[in-house]
Amino acid sequence: MIPAPFDYVAAESTAHALDLMASLGDEAKLLAGGHSLLPMMKLRLVAPTALIDLGRLTELTGISADGDELVIGAMTRHAELAASELVRAGAPLLAHAAAQVGDPQIRHRGTIGGSLAHADPAADLPMALLALGGSVEAQGPGGTRRIAADDFFAGFFETSLAPDELLTAVRVPRAPGAAWGYQKFVRRAIDWAIVGVAATGDRIVLANMGPVPLRASAAEQALAGGASIADAARLAADGTEPGEDIHADGEFRRHLARVLTLRALEHRT
Amino acid sequence: MMRVELTVNGQRRSDEVEPRLLLVHYLRETCGLRAANVGCDTTSCGACTVLFNGASVKSCTMLTVQAAGGEVTTAEGLAAADGELHPVQRAFRQEHGLQCGFCTPGMVMATVGLLAENPHPTETQVREGLEGNLCRCTGYHNIIRAVLAAAEAGPGEAVAGAAVGVSGASAAGAGRANGAGEPVRP
Repeated sequence: MIPAPFDYVAAESTAHALDLMASLGDEAKLLAGGHSLLPMMKLRLVAPTALIDLGRLTELTGISADGDELVIGAMTRHAELAASELVRAGAPLLAHAAAQVGDPQIRHRGTIGGSLAHADPAADLPMALLALGGSVEAQGPGGTRRIAADDFFAGFFETSLAPDELLTAVRVPRAPGAAWGYQKFVRRAIDWAIVGVAATGDRIVLANMGPVPLRASAAEQALAGGASIADAARLAADGTEPGEDIHADGEFRRHLARVLTLRALEHRT
Repeated sequence: MMRVELTVNGQRRSDEVEPRLLLVHYLRETCGLRAANVGCDTTSCGACTVLFNGASVKSCTMLTVQAAGGEVTTAEGLAAADGELHPVQRAFRQEHGLQCGFCTPGMVMATVGLLAENPHPTETQVREGLEGNLCRCTGYHNIIRAVLAAAEAGPGEAVAGAAVGVSGASAAGAGRANGAGEPVRP
């Protein structure tokens, strides 16, 4: 399978990328690791007129501590995120989630910024970012703004990034020692979650139970109100309307959400 | 068309390519290197696995232009100039880590990448490390055995510089093996 023809430009800086976005227009796409975009282009589900490659922007890579937050460059690869001592110590759920993405080859190429901007509701990192109560930094012609994960996922494969904005960094709170649980139900090792659950602090977040990663609010509130883990987990699917596909119907997904939430809460480490 | 310069199996190349030319097609058709196979063509099977800057990647899901300035190693680039097999190749032969052979170049390259990152994996780590490579003959047991034998025999050294990701960047991610030094051939 071969993508439709397109123009290719390697951005030389973030500012250059923003200029290219302005000059090439809406039909151009940003290329990060390419492991969501290129398969879609090969299937001709999308046919951008131009690709703006962010792959050479070292300024968008790297992980550092900034006060009580970790700052992760948008072009940080999943393998680097998973192996980072800073992340493993300060946000172990995020390191674990990065290690669950696809397979080693995919993790060598895929990026955190690309995965979040792609906003697949079945993906690992959007669920993890929402569970951690993190945020992203978006740079546009008017400057940089922060978008909380709670406000970032706007719809099915849709974010609140403006068309002229570039996701440059990801921020998550540093919480060494905070207990977390992570469950992902898949048919094959490298698949997206049929349903996923990430739990840490007072948050329980579900993957693939709707068009965006969702908080299991009823279960969270029950837990905060002193309910047992088992009782809280029974409420995990409340208020969700999961879709149906070849892997699971809505009722099975709701069942999975309850069982996986129970496991995620029971096996918090 | 765009001009790309990259190193393939230690050889500097400069070619005119279409931006949409996938790395696997570049390797097979432009370079004439047929080890990397197009299997599923959907980033699932790993038959097209090669090393890019020392890390395993699926070359069906990378554009040639993304590899510009970097180093690509295919199975053809593993053996020594005198034909002596790479320790991983030797282990696959000794343990009969193949059946029809279609997945083998990808399995071998994924293994070289895995052992560069983790020279002494447990069996579980080997199985997880090869989760991106499918063998439709289901010959997994001997493949796992071959990887463990290769790990035992000697370090699966990174073939080319081992920085993950951004080409030309020298900062390797934590946990990444060094790419320096001569290959060790026990």
